Amino acid sequence: MQSLFGSFFAFVVAAALGLGATWLTLTRGTAFGAVAIGAWTAWPKTGTTEIDPYARAVVARSGRLPLGSGDGVAFEARNDDRGKAFDGRCDVVVSGTTPPARFWTLTLYDPDGRLVANTVNRYGFTSQEIVRRADGSFDIVIAPRARPGNWLPTGGVGRYMLVLRLYDTPVGVATRTERDAPMPAIALRSCP
Amino acid sequence: MMRLVIWILAGVVLGGIVHLVTVLVLPRTATQDAYMRIEPLTPVNAVAALPTPSPSTATLPFMDPAFAVAVCRYDLSETPLKLTAPVSQAYTSVSFYTRYGVAYYAINDRAAGRRLIELELMTAAQKSRLPDDEEVTAADRLIVESPTLTGLVVLRALSPEPGSMPVARGILAAAQCRPNPLEG
Repeated sequence: MQSLFGSFFAFVVAAALGLGATWLTLTRGTAFGAVAIGAWTAWPKTGTTEIDPYARAVVARSGRLPLGSGDGVAFEARNDDRGKAFDGRCDVVVSGTTPPARFWTLTLYDPDGRLVANTVNRYGFTSQEIVRRADGSFDIVIAPRARPGNWLPTGGVGRYMLVLRLYDTPVGVATRTERDAPMPAIALRSCP
Repeated sequence: MMRLVIWILAGVVLGGIVHLVTVLVLPRTATQDAYMRIEPLTPVNAVAALPTPSPSTATLPFMDPAFAVAVCRYDLSETPLKLTAPVSQAYTSVSFYTRYGVAYYAINDRAAGRRLIELELMTAAQKSRLPDDEEVTAADRLIVESPTLTGLVVLRALSPEPGSMPVARGILAAAQCRPNPLEG
């Protein structure tokens, strides 16, 4: 009788731990093969056949297709350089330069990877669209209300994330540091 | 007391197994993965355009709205395929995914180095049946080997500004994916 209760208890512990760990790793993501530069993180191996089992599970569950490594690499950011999670009611400035690439795009998504509705139907910028300074650097202002220059609307959502995709770029599996890939800074400018 | 510790330990070990098994099995049991979402929208072994993503409708999550996207959902069980795609002024890429979403090959217009990206897709078994001499004469043939019988070829054409989206979609409308039986 005691061993019956014992094994039942063990099974409950196993189910809670096992499924809990799976759920956590799939929703939070793992650090395997991650390249973190400033507030940006990329998983270049996710676009190769060496993708790890956790990333495979995340890809399958979310329904996305990862960017193939011969195509480009995607950097994600969910918070600014100081670690504060993005809030769609605040003004955030993405500025500086980007790593070498033939083209890049910056896109704003909700945490589930959907585009966010806004009055001007702008969901992101490409490297050719943005207004730059004479030295090639740029500012993109992510804000709920219209701003001069490169304005990326948040649509007033709560949480959101930014994805910077570099196409035809040397940045990839071999990239480790800021020197290989100088990512733009992300700063909180103001909050209501 | 000792007995309780042993049961907890047994639970932890078993929990580790449950965790590993669920992670490994998940890709095979997911009902909403990219292939399943694309399947009802596309014919097999032909190129079909995916609608441009918008906040209310998106075929897949995390699609790049700056790109026109077309898909060739393939099945190599009958014959190999031949894929041709013209390249745009801006940027065009072709990415290959297995049935379970593993990106096993991707090439862009510059790497392809021509006005037309031309690829042959086949399984390892089909490739091994290529006549030897043919392989020699076909040094400039680009052959991609699919690890699975079915999968997705995703063609992407960049629209550097919103106004050029019709051009990007037009480029992909001229792309082709068709059965290409082995000779002999």
